[in-house]
Amino acid sequence: MSMNTQGRPTAPGEAGESFRPKTFTGNRALDMEEPLLFEFGSLETTGVDLDEEDGIEFELGAFERKADIGLAGLAEPEAMRHYVRLSRNNYAIDSGLYPLGSCTMKHNPRLNEKMARLPGFSDIHPLQPVSSVPGALELIDELAHWLMVSTGTHAVAMSPKAGAHGELCGMMAIKAAHTAAGRDPKIVLVPESAHGTNPATAALLGFKVVSIDAKEDGTVDLATLKNTIAEHADNIAGIMLTNPNTCGLFERDVKEIADLIHDAGGFFYCDGANFNAIVGKARPGDLGVDAMHINLHKTFSTPHGGGGPGSGPVVLSDRLAPYAPLPFIRKSDASLELVETNAATSDDEQPFGRMTAFHGQMGMYVRALSYMMSHGSDGLKQASEDAVLNANYIRVGLQDLMSLPFGVRPCMHEVLFDDSFLKDSGVTTLDFAKAMIDEGYHPMTMYFPLVVHGAMLIEPTESESRASLDLFVATMRDLVMSAQRGETERFSGAPYLAPRRRLDETGAARKPVLKWTEPEPAQVTPEAAE
Amino acid sequence: MRYLPLSNTDRGDMLARIGVNSIDDLFADIPENVRLEGLLDLPKRASEMQVERKLSAMAEKNTSAGSVPFFVGAGAYKHHVPATVDHLIQRSEFLTSYTPYQPEITQGTLQYLFEFQTQVARLTAMDVANASMYDGSTGTGEAVLMAHRVTKRNKAVLSGGLHPQYREVVEGLSNMSGDRVVSLPADPMGTEDILSQIDDETSCVVVQSPSFYGQLIDLKPIAEKAHQHRALLIAVFTEVVSLGLIEPPGTQGADIVVGEGQSIGNGLNFGGPYVGLFATRQKYVRQMPGRLCGETVDAEGKRGFVLTLSTREQHIRRDKATSNICTNSGLCCLAFTIHMALLGQAGLTKLARINHGNAVRLRKLLSAVPGVEVLNAAYFNEFTLSLPKVAEDVVEQLAERGVLAGLPVSRLEPENKDLANLLVVASTEVNTDEDRAAFAAALKEVLA
Repeated sequence: MSMNTQGRPTAPGEAGESFRPKTFTGNRALDMEEPLLFEFGSLETTGVDLDEEDGIEFELGAFERKADIGLAGLAEPEAMRHYVRLSRNNYAIDSGLYPLGSCTMKHNPRLNEKMARLPGFSDIHPLQPVSSVPGALELIDELAHWLMVSTGTHAVAMSPKAGAHGELCGMMAIKAAHTAAGRDPKIVLVPESAHGTNPATAALLGFKVVSIDAKEDGTVDLATLKNTIAEHADNIAGIMLTNPNTCGLFERDVKEIADLIHDAGGFFYCDGANFNAIVGKARPGDLGVDAMHINLHKTFSTPHGGGGPGSGPVVLSDRLAPYAPLPFIRKSDASLELVETNAATSDDEQPFGRMTAFHGQMGMYVRALSYMMSHGSDGLKQASEDAVLNANYIRVGLQDLMSLPFGVRPCMHEVLFDDSFLKDSGVTTLDFAKAMIDEGYHPMTMYFPLVVHGAMLIEPTESESRASLDLFVATMRDLVMSAQRGETERFSGAPYLAPRRRLDETGAARKPVLKWTEPEPAQVTPEAAE
Repeated sequence: MRYLPLSNTDRGDMLARIGVNSIDDLFADIPENVRLEGLLDLPKRASEMQVERKLSAMAEKNTSAGSVPFFVGAGAYKHHVPATVDHLIQRSEFLTSYTPYQPEITQGTLQYLFEFQTQVARLTAMDVANASMYDGSTGTGEAVLMAHRVTKRNKAVLSGGLHPQYREVVEGLSNMSGDRVVSLPADPMGTEDILSQIDDETSCVVVQSPSFYGQLIDLKPIAEKAHQHRALLIAVFTEVVSLGLIEPPGTQGADIVVGEGQSIGNGLNFGGPYVGLFATRQKYVRQMPGRLCGETVDAEGKRGFVLTLSTREQHIRRDKATSNICTNSGLCCLAFTIHMALLGQAGLTKLARINHGNAVRLRKLLSAVPGVEVLNAAYFNEFTLSLPKVAEDVVEQLAERGVLAGLPVSRLEPENKDLANLLVVASTEVNTDEDRAAFAAALKEVLA
């Protein structure tokens, strides 16, 4: 028998570089098409082995399910491959810069994940005897301490499940405080630049939202604010203000704003979405804030998880503290006590109600505390400084080519551009963002805040290295110059290289298909059947 | 600091490039009198080892469910989650992505949301499901608000079998927004007369089955009466595994179905994060809260998925939105989807049968203990005991004997003395014969 000693070719060969084969599978090497699980799973298959049931007796009454559920199952290797393939169609912080303004897409340390999975945290039931979970109360209390110290407040409602839920909690506390004082003011002031959740929250509670215009530099106009307050004298419930605001600017007049609102009998709700800019640099409690939610998934690195779960504890001023919702932990010298019902409250505790069953997002508390302890007071301050430094570094790298709506001035942890640099180029903010995808970047937040035309809000966070920022700036400069040279094709059809081209969102909304259904069996004609 | 890539040299160079002298020049907009000098009054940075040591010490003070015979349910359930689930949800591409605002590069998230919506719609036998809520309790609050929008009325009738903390969430929200709530008294045996509470002012009736007390409730007559008065039936469940074995709310006439999905894919986590399931009829889809994922095509005609009907949502509608909700429960919803995909209907049905079988075994053992009465005739994996002693004391004594035995109803309903002796117990697939025997023996001892 003779050996084949030819070996295999090791040179790249002569195939033209522009040739792209149309594959049989539709796959492009590592870029795979993946069907829905229902399209290849089967009703008989299961990927979970359960102990055999022997001699089960039924005490279900007449409630037994009669019809099939119609849910396909996958064997374990099938499930593994399916979801691994799906994951590869996702952009993520771990794979690249994710400059989504107002969302604080920072590094998610895996230590946090490890800590949250300790059985003493992950495998305890919210209603098992309180005496069997002293460490859980200790953890919640410890995180509460870190949150209160870093915000300069003395109370925090831990249970809200996300930022918007925290807003709801804060505004409910404000409403409860007014009610307790025998007042029923109706007006909540919300600057134009606010997140949509702010007016939605206020409206949910029956408040009337009055919008406050920004002045030229993107911050709240004190004169307008004074006039609006005067117009609605005695009817001001409060103001909902984001600070730093959504234009990436710190509201310089924040103390005056707080005083005006307080003098009018209202409360100051601060949207804490942008807290990452000022941790260790300024404390909201010192700024006159009465309530502020903290997005643990933004500022304190609990993962964004594809859109949740979030966690939105709300710090409260002394005036609002008595109205904090159930449950809360009462701390005395010797012990921590979990207060879950009105029956257990003391006279000076007047909870307005309950935001959720159980005690809030414990899994997120562990992660946030792990993050905060890792940083410590020095690291938290450094993180905010680096976040602001990085945003300004991008600003300076791009401000000669892109347009700053409020002129050249330092920004906080995010930098806002408008689309005037694209004027007459035929390229829109959306096109520009989609072209960034082809370059391997997740686009920034766009068309928000609404106060700026074609807004592009870039938040790099402190997690980016200088090299990463340099490449990003160079890429953005290349894109801007390309747009200004009139190379519209690079933008108008982008992205070209992503797992999907632009998707038809209009069609999706016109005739919504919100779940998978079995395809109709193909019509079989009599001739074909023969 | 290990999470911060910039070196001091970088920082200096970057400040120079920006054209400022010090980092504080970038914070100049913060009024000087409120700028913090020095550091927050908190410990300084800590190594991984130090953090692990401190947090592990706290964790070790807690008795984990897996370490003892464990029978607590009442809205959160101890189930076994396959190892595959936790591995997959920790894939960076899932864990560290955000809301799929750019669908071209987040098809992974969007496709699992579409799978999730399909699974929830089929489990509940409803037309459409959303991409999840925070949890079952907040979902119930949102369902009531949705019913008010649909019916243009504002009175909700809550069954006495609804989880007391779910009831409190609805009551709190309604009190604040000026809506009316009629909460019926606690109903351990499922014998309340809810039909007579439904009238032409009723917006919705909220009924939990299996109830907080474990009782299975016939929803059909309630749906019928509600519909006669143009009111909606909101069906609630806290144990989603039950749908593997019992008649789904959709075939019983429910208009909105809300449930807690924690049992599938998610751990106990001391109460959160969990995943709220939310489904409704096609005709109400535009009044639904929360995110929805829909199928569409891309510019080349390939199938893809996008977030859709967002004109209902706060970022477009602001103060006219259907809800203020922004995030959903993404990663928990992924855990649910993967676990459910692994189970399939074959696995889910079997899991549900094992749960029920274990509960029946437990029921027999416990009802044989002198003085113990079981209140429920039809139940899934949870039922209520009436004890000859105060349940809270009994539970503490059982805990001392190493058995975590269930929830004394008085913990959530301290003001109703009639409930002081009631204990809600659950048994899932994780309980062994030895666990059940230990529970029965300890209970016998404590009650003797």
